[in-house]
Amino acid sequence: MSNYEIVIAGFGGQGLLFSGKVLAYAGLLEGRELSWLPSYGPEMRGGTANCNVILSDTPVGSPIVDHPNVLMVMNAPSLDKYEPAVVEGGKIFLDSTLITREVERKDVEVYRIPATQMANDMGIPGLANMILLGAIIAKTGCIKEEGIEDALKKVIPARKMDLLGSNLAALNAGKEYVA
Amino acid sequence: MSEKVLMKGNEAIAEAAILAGCRHYFGYPITPQTEVAAYMSKKMPKIGGTFLQAESEIAAINMVYGVASTGKRAMTSSSSPGIALKCEGISYMAGADLPGLIVNVQRGGPGLGGIQPSQSDYFLATRGPGHGDFHVLVLAPSSVQEMADLTVKAFDLADKYRMPAMLLADGTMGQMMEPVELPEPKEVTADKSWAVTGTKMERKHNIVNSLYLKPTELEEKNIERFERYKEIEEKECLWEEFMMEDAEICVVSYGITARVSRNAIIEARKQGIKVGMIRPITLWPFPKKALLLAADKVKSFLSVELNMGQMQEDIELAIQCKRPVGLCKRVGGMIPSPEEVLNSIKEANK
Amino acid sequence: MSQVVFDKPKALTDAVLHYCPGCTHGIVHRLVAEAIDELGIEGRTIGIAPVGCSVMAYDYFACDMIEASHGRAPAVATGVKRSMPENIVFTYQGDGDLASIGLCETVSTAARGENITIIFINNAIYGMTGGQMAPTSLIGQVTQTSPYGRNPETQGYPINICELLATLEAPAYLERVTVNNVKNVRNAKKAIKKAFQNQVEGKGFSLIEVVSSCPTNWGMTPQKALEWIDEHMLPQYPLGVYRDKENGVGLAKKEA
Repeated sequence: MSNYEIVIAGFGGQGLLFSGKVLAYAGLLEGRELSWLPSYGPEMRGGTANCNVILSDTPVGSPIVDHPNVLMVMNAPSLDKYEPAVVEGGKIFLDSTLITREVERKDVEVYRIPATQMANDMGIPGLANMILLGAIIAKTGCIKEEGIEDALKKVIPARKMDLLGSNLAALNAGKEYVA
Repeated sequence: MSEKVLMKGNEAIAEAAILAGCRHYFGYPITPQTEVAAYMSKKMPKIGGTFLQAESEIAAINMVYGVASTGKRAMTSSSSPGIALKCEGISYMAGADLPGLIVNVQRGGPGLGGIQPSQSDYFLATRGPGHGDFHVLVLAPSSVQEMADLTVKAFDLADKYRMPAMLLADGTMGQMMEPVELPEPKEVTADKSWAVTGTKMERKHNIVNSLYLKPTELEEKNIERFERYKEIEEKECLWEEFMMEDAEICVVSYGITARVSRNAIIEARKQGIKVGMIRPITLWPFPKKALLLAADKVKSFLSVELNMGQMQEDIELAIQCKRPVGLCKRVGGMIPSPEEVLNSIKEANK
Repeated sequence: MSQVVFDKPKALTDAVLHYCPGCTHGIVHRLVAEAIDELGIEGRTIGIAPVGCSVMAYDYFACDMIEASHGRAPAVATGVKRSMPENIVFTYQGDGDLASIGLCETVSTAARGENITIIFINNAIYGMTGGQMAPTSLIGQVTQTSPYGRNPETQGYPINICELLATLEAPAYLERVTVNNVKNVRNAKKAIKKAFQNQVEGKGFSLIEVVSSCPTNWGMTPQKALEWIDEHMLPQYPLGVYRDKENGVGLAKKEA
């Protein structure tokens, strides 16, 4: 699989667009073809939000992902919405702290990760998104692990660069959880 | 070649405008183009430029009118409802032969409409946005790279032909990020001896004006302007052809829908359907000749757009109704999926 | 030996003014031009004409000129001044232009304290379109669109621009003058020159409201119209300095 069509969905404020940006910047540093498309709307916090990321070896056509082969979900409504859209053989990564129901599809790979609980236990609440992202990178290889730190440095605002370490720790925790 | 950077379409417009020598931006917040203003508000003060959040869209375009009168590059950006407000000022700019850039990151209408992507200002843009007999240059980017490149192109063409230019994007183009190679910064070299810069007591006064009370004089001005437009139609049409060599069906689409159509065409080709695309990059001037040439080779056309078929009419005019022109559309902020476009292609192939 | 004792200001062109007999636009044009001459700024001045009777002011002033759309002159002036801060920028606007359709631009430009000069001609009527009610028309004033006299219940009250703008923090100078006799013309000249001088010195937004006459649409002889200013206009629009920031006059907030 060299063409990754990724949907990242959940509530606004969960760092979904940020997670997508990490993938996009890593893709950029690898010289990949890519696009990053956020949903946008009046709700800044708490509403549903998603972003579409495409990483490809060929020029990206439509930046809209209708049929993801990778789905990261952080709330139940988003799972309801996107589960049917995932392609056969696709991978679903969900935050099992926040989503209690089972995935009904049998033709997809499902990774249930208690990311919110893990983040709280690690003392890095708010970084559940990065735990899930770590799992995605480990299980799909959509971006190369060695480029992640550089990508993070591009995405984290300069005034928050002290959070680089905890972001890396979160990514690593996700990776280890699915190892 | 400069390094590629990752930028939102709206930010690419702003940065490219600065690189094109624009130091004066006037705007008013409206979704989904506000990143242009936000970017300018950060950047302009650092490079000695002007960022001003105007009291209204109307004031913003008139500030552009003021700067343009002094011969300098200026721009404003907005989204559909705000562009409607700017139409008065755009008409005055056209009437006074002033260059300038208006960015329209379209959203659904009419009225307050919605905030999701749309192409429903196609008529507004291509028919001369405002009262009177005129055109503006209309460029329709289909990637973040083109958001940057066509911004520069728009400024250059506007200066060259002394007329306003509109960058006609949509919410998707504005919000998405893609790698972009920014253009080289450049000096503006256009002759602007007509500008009001103060006579320095060395010449007769220059007047920037669109009022001609003598009908013969106004007629002459209009005819002169349309001679310029004719030259633009001859020289400045831009379009891109995709898989057109042996195509029997010609999709015509721009902006985000051209991206969706591309996916559909690749899939249709896999299924043995000979389909290609002509993607207009300039919507005015509209690439009529390219379409008319294609009409001799293809069986039918398919207009894919985010409105009720506005460009469809231009295609019919361009090909002199030689072939049927179908329509694949979604409106109100919806975007057709590649499957929907594919179905329309199959329909056209019957 | 002869001596020139009266001449046209250099900042006016040779074009013949199109204004009606007895209209005070001619006087104010002259005062503006004299101020420009005396300050020696013609070569770097850019004027902005409105929509209204003075729409063709661009032909009369010898400096570079722009014709703006109706009411938008302050926005155009803002653009010009921001791009050419060393130049002197003025607008010349009537009451329909400045106080009605362009009120938003007027207030916002004043609130920003743009370093420009506005000459505001208030004759309480739309002249160019043939005598309709203006935002500054007096209560009871008969116009084409207030044929029974301006009725405040349905047509509202006059807008006093100087008083309105004096509620803002930013303006440097606001004064209302008139030109209905020699003494008042002299005062108007002083005010207009000061409004330009302020800009030269970078003091900020200056607006001079000139209470003017419109004999044609008021339906009076020029002489009667000048008298009507004293009798009817000035009670509604008292002359005076409404803001002189550097001298502490009419400040929006009391200094602590």
